[in-house]
Amino acid sequence: MTHNAANLAGAQASTALDAAAGPVHAAPGAMARLLAYPLARPLGALIVLLLINLFAVPGFFHLEVKDGHLYGAMVDILNRAAPLMLAATGMTIVIAMRGIDISVGAVVALAAAVACTMAAAGQALWLAFAAALGAALLCGAWNGLLVAALGLQPIVATLVLMVAGRGLAQLVTDGQIVTVYRDDFFTLGSGYLLGLPVALYVALAVVAAVSLAMRKTALGLFTQAVGVNPVAARLAGIRAGALVFASYAFCAVCAGLAGLIISSNIKSADANNAGLLLELDAILAVTLGGTSLAGGKFNLVGSVIGALIIQTLTYTVYSLGVPPEVNLVVKSLVVFAVCLSQRSKA
Amino acid sequence: MANAAAPVLELSGIHKAFPGVKALSEAGLRLYPGEVHTLMGQNGAGKSTLIKVLTGVHAPDQGSITLDGRAIHPRSTLEAQELGISTVYQEVNLCPNLSVAENIFIGRYPRKWGMVDWAGMRTRAAALLRELEIDIDVSAPLSRYPLAIQQMVAISRALNISARVLVLDEPTSSLDEAEVQLLFRVLRRLREQGMAILFVTHFLDQTYAISDRITVMRNGEREGEYAAAALSRLALVNKMIGKPADPADAADVAVGGGAVAGRSEDAPQAAAARIVLEARGLGRKGVLQPVDLQVREGEVLGLAGLLGAGRTELARLLFGADRADKGDIAIGDKAYGSFANPRQAIAAGIGFCSEDRKLEGAILSLSVRENLVLAMQARQGMLRAIPMQRQRELAEEYVKALGIRTASIETPIGTLSGGNQQKVLLARWLATEPRLMILDEPTRGIDVRAKQEIMDYVTTLCKRGMSLLFISSELPEVLRVSDRMLIMRDRAACGEYQRGDLDETTVLHAIAGEAA
Repeated sequence: MTHNAANLAGAQASTALDAAAGPVHAAPGAMARLLAYPLARPLGALIVLLLINLFAVPGFFHLEVKDGHLYGAMVDILNRAAPLMLAATGMTIVIAMRGIDISVGAVVALAAAVACTMAAAGQALWLAFAAALGAALLCGAWNGLLVAALGLQPIVATLVLMVAGRGLAQLVTDGQIVTVYRDDFFTLGSGYLLGLPVALYVALAVVAAVSLAMRKTALGLFTQAVGVNPVAARLAGIRAGALVFASYAFCAVCAGLAGLIISSNIKSADANNAGLLLELDAILAVTLGGTSLAGGKFNLVGSVIGALIIQTLTYTVYSLGVPPEVNLVVKSLVVFAVCLSQRSKA
Repeated sequence: MANAAAPVLELSGIHKAFPGVKALSEAGLRLYPGEVHTLMGQNGAGKSTLIKVLTGVHAPDQGSITLDGRAIHPRSTLEAQELGISTVYQEVNLCPNLSVAENIFIGRYPRKWGMVDWAGMRTRAAALLRELEIDIDVSAPLSRYPLAIQQMVAISRALNISARVLVLDEPTSSLDEAEVQLLFRVLRRLREQGMAILFVTHFLDQTYAISDRITVMRNGEREGEYAAAALSRLALVNKMIGKPADPADAADVAVGGGAVAGRSEDAPQAAAARIVLEARGLGRKGVLQPVDLQVREGEVLGLAGLLGAGRTELARLLFGADRADKGDIAIGDKAYGSFANPRQAIAAGIGFCSEDRKLEGAILSLSVRENLVLAMQARQGMLRAIPMQRQRELAEEYVKALGIRTASIETPIGTLSGGNQQKVLLARWLATEPRLMILDEPTRGIDVRAKQEIMDYVTTLCKRGMSLLFISSELPEVLRVSDRMLIMRDRAACGEYQRGDLDETTVLHAIAGEAA
């Protein structure tokens, strides 16, 4: 009985997911049917990448227990992909509401600078983290204000902070690279829990929380409505402006969390380089995941897979011995190919 | 006239299916040079689809199109244009940010020494428009001009391409009477020049004013082709609906509803019922002069006036879509000042169906169900999600009650025909169980039957106590349903009439601003 009920609930949840992810067109061929599933393409791309690694990178799938936690290439990728997953999650929500946030990297730098400076000065760890996330939230509120209240174009509005954010970060760190020598500070970026990286738990918890909020409340419906037709959404009684504002605030907090993980991982804050171009990777992850930049329908899980694709690709290119300078070119080629394959969906 | 010559354009045996819907089967059309040919049919009868096949937007699954006796297969509107088939669509699709001249010549800028000849382009654009008796600054951006002028720009763009066939898809739905007359003068001149004109409209008066022949479509098929002079209005309405219509009803539609019929005796006594909405001195600088307004329980208040008289502006202020800077609103016993946003108005029990279905109503890529529950969900608040089971029930209920034609409740609303979209939007508001419903041009661009169904349903709700503020450019329609009528002119209210005093002449005089 309970088993049946659970099955039912599962079936319902999956139909809700389908409905949220887009109309599934009835297509004749099995291949076409498979491709119509929203996650098929990003998952396919990830699997192809993993297969390449299986043959080209010896020991890619090798896992062993070392120092009480799992150790191996895949664990490393998951750990390093966590900040990008967070940034991509925030970016998905912003893009779903027809926006874009190109200040993510700068917010990462600012949050890292605040956290490291306070931690290095001997403040309590929770206080340092809270202050960093608070700073990120303020950044998001600023972006949201410019877009939702003043009506600036999102790319221009967030460009302001993209430039100013790193400047602020340098002010906080006095233009120096702040290094932290405290073991408790490193847990977030390099610690392990039950054999897996702590950062991964943080990222997945945020994704799960957002997915749940989208599904269990009307947030998902409202987000899509605002993304497709903001005027009609407002006339239907939705607080379109407040939602857009909140999307930027949320995106910045995600970026702040990513900043904490990155600074904790490298044990320092570098105002010039922390999170450099992370916004572009995040936008890329969202696109790879199948969310249209035109807003409306979105796919959170797709964005997470997109982040994994990008990180796996980086790892693969390095492992194949391609010179770092060429890495970006290879990355762009793969992205180009994946985007082409998704074109028919639009 | 047409009979002697061979048709310039002929479509025959056209089939077209979309996922889940058969849009056209055995559809056809013959167009002769030097005629105005009207295509009529209800919403969903396949008129738009047929035109899209003709203009290369959709490829037909089966059937042939011949132009001057040669088979053609236009694969895009551009190709159709090059073949000599120009189209002006229902929704003006020009670029509002470009100048008038650029819009006319878009894609075909005149060149001189390999560069764009801007001066020449402006001169020629001005000359083209002058042919339509329009004298405007062609270097100004298109968005500066009213919709009617934009429509004329679209027509002159179509004419600039030396067209053999001109297709006008509901060109008059946003024009006022004088502008319609202007358009008709232009069409008559083009007809004399030997152009074949295909005209799509829902207005019977206009059909008879301009058409030589009429093709009626029903359920995706050609019902028949008739000489306009030989087909009575009643017969035409019958053929469109496909059943012997209620004679009184059809006659009313056919002659334009001169007398006040329909809703009457059982309407609640206006003076006795409670006041649901009262607005005192509601206005906004430069938009609307202060208006006093009362709507009683179960009452239908009609708002009449010409396009731009301030009807929509008043509705938007009442609903909080725009902020009033003068006056206040009371709903029931509660005074509100004015509404800062639609959310407050909805919470107070007002629903508002905007006149612009596409821009302000439908959320095109969301499903019928999602569109339908949206306002109700917004009213309940984001955190109290309506359970999926309840959403489906609601949607199914309204799909049935309003006769919405859709493959399923999960179909994107954008794939529905105009009339069915309008029904979904109506249902969106009815689901919130409003005390006062504002319908702004709810029947624009939809067919006779859907119109009737929508008005029937709404007036039934009024009998149960809902109040209605009804805005329409079709005077007979306002006269038929209203208990009371507020006449607007030049952005101010200029008269109020009780049901007994209402007749078309009085109202027309009031609208025009002359003593009766």
